[in-house]
Amino acid sequence: MSVEERDPLTGHKTTGHEWNGITELNTRVPRAVWWAIGITHVWALIIWILLPSWPLITTYTKGLLGVDQRELVQGEIQAGQRYRAYWEANLAAASLDEIRGEQALMDVVVASAPTLWGDNCAACHGMLGVGGPGFPNLTDDAWLWGGSDEAVLESIRVGINATHPDTRVSEMLAFGQLDVLTRDQIRAVAAYVQSLSGLANPNPEVRAEGQTIFEVNCTSCHGEDATGMNEVGAPNLTDEFWIYGGSDEAIFTSIHDGRRGWMPAWEGRLSEAQNKILALYLLDILPDAQ
Amino acid sequence: MLKKLLTPFRKFFHGVFGLQYKLERYSLGLAVAIIIAGSIGGAVEIAPLFTIDETVEDVPDMRVYTPLEQAGRDIYIREGCYTCHSQMIRTLRDEVDRYGPYSLAVESKYDHPHLWGSKRTGPDLARVGGKYSDAWHFAHLYYPRDVVPDSVMPAYRWLARRNVDLDDLPQRLETLRRVGVPYTDEMIANAVADARGQVAPDSALAEGLIERYGEATTIRNFDGQPGVLTEMDAIIAYMQVLGRLVDINATAPTLAEE
Repeated sequence: MSVEERDPLTGHKTTGHEWNGITELNTRVPRAVWWAIGITHVWALIIWILLPSWPLITTYTKGLLGVDQRELVQGEIQAGQRYRAYWEANLAAASLDEIRGEQALMDVVVASAPTLWGDNCAACHGMLGVGGPGFPNLTDDAWLWGGSDEAVLESIRVGINATHPDTRVSEMLAFGQLDVLTRDQIRAVAAYVQSLSGLANPNPEVRAEGQTIFEVNCTSCHGEDATGMNEVGAPNLTDEFWIYGGSDEAIFTSIHDGRRGWMPAWEGRLSEAQNKILALYLLDILPDAQ
Repeated sequence: MLKKLLTPFRKFFHGVFGLQYKLERYSLGLAVAIIIAGSIGGAVEIAPLFTIDETVEDVPDMRVYTPLEQAGRDIYIREGCYTCHSQMIRTLRDEVDRYGPYSLAVESKYDHPHLWGSKRTGPDLARVGGKYSDAWHFAHLYYPRDVVPDSVMPAYRWLARRNVDLDDLPQRLETLRRVGVPYTDEMIANAVADARGQVAPDSALAEGLIERYGEATTIRNFDGQPGVLTEMDAIIAYMQVLGRLVDINATAPTLAEE
């Protein structure tokens, strides 16, 4: 290890290290770096006093400014609510018809609905509300629980087979699993159901057998004429709309294993005004978007 | 001016740089010094969190994960879900607006390890429990683009046909108990039965589960496949309990008042 020496060209000292005759300049730390270190240290001292910083044993220094992230966000949320309040209160108080009659409120619906729908409803029912296998199309005329303003609002609020105490409850029995019907009987009644909407044309013998089974087991929910019952969420079997599909296999599965659709309850997640925005989007805006 | 400002610290700088000069010539000494410097940071910033009262909120009736939910959580970790999904709603207005009340520390009290994360390729999942149906979760995990056309999430089809590994479930709960999750002896002894009970509504097994974990426990055949306990059951059970270990709507207002 060589001794520190002054470099004749730059005037700086060397570090004192030497590798095969190569030495290293010990250039001074630039002035700007000293300034940066100094200023940041002073800044830290100020911040220690102003903001929550030093841990004590069971508590911590809260700082002179009293900044608390949770209070901050609470304030921001309240500010946001005040901003929305002028239309949110109006929406919450008005009926859907009253909202439809007031352009200013409908403007709010049109502006905010796609975001709300996209985040909460589109996952199952699709961005255009047309659903998919197992998830009902909401733009057709087939309503399980009714398509009136009140019925739609209630469905969103309490959900279907959901965890809400007032939830709508509906279940198609697993006729096959529970040994109520044999597999042949299920095939017969499936053929009968298909014939109702013109999907199949079974021979009269099978159709008659299916009809008898239907009258004994199915009419209490789907009705004498198989047009369904909104009170119990039983679908109309005579139209061309299907939730789980109208194929032999799909209908067999529905009857054999039962069906128990589930829509979450949105009360608690969504406000009443948001609920109405979604109902209006569903009833008025989406059908026109098709 | 700079020189004048620094004069009072001259001695300090000389001491620090002198030490640095000497230490950096001895790699082992330097390593020890780095460890000491780092530990000071840890001791000051991390250690006090264990003694400060406000670190974890006090919430009564916080429940633990059922064995099936815990198994789902393990699958969530195994499949690397946390690399794209966070589980922490930050105290920012836009997050609260979108995801719901901000996450509380107490909600991850029984998470070992916690899965807060900060990388969101997909949405935050801290409050996804109850937001979608079991059938949706099944369809989405089986092939995400069936229900979310522009999703970039991979499909996790094998979850629907692989059985949950129940053999070491009691040991896993036992391990969690060692790090502070209050599983009782009874819970550990019945872990496998409780896991089976959670997908068998109205069975004797389900009754035992309710007795041990409370009325609010979700008992459903999550994947819709009767008679089998698949990894799909486990992960959907876990999805449906996210954000529901504490009653946030009842808890958040009281905490805000404090």
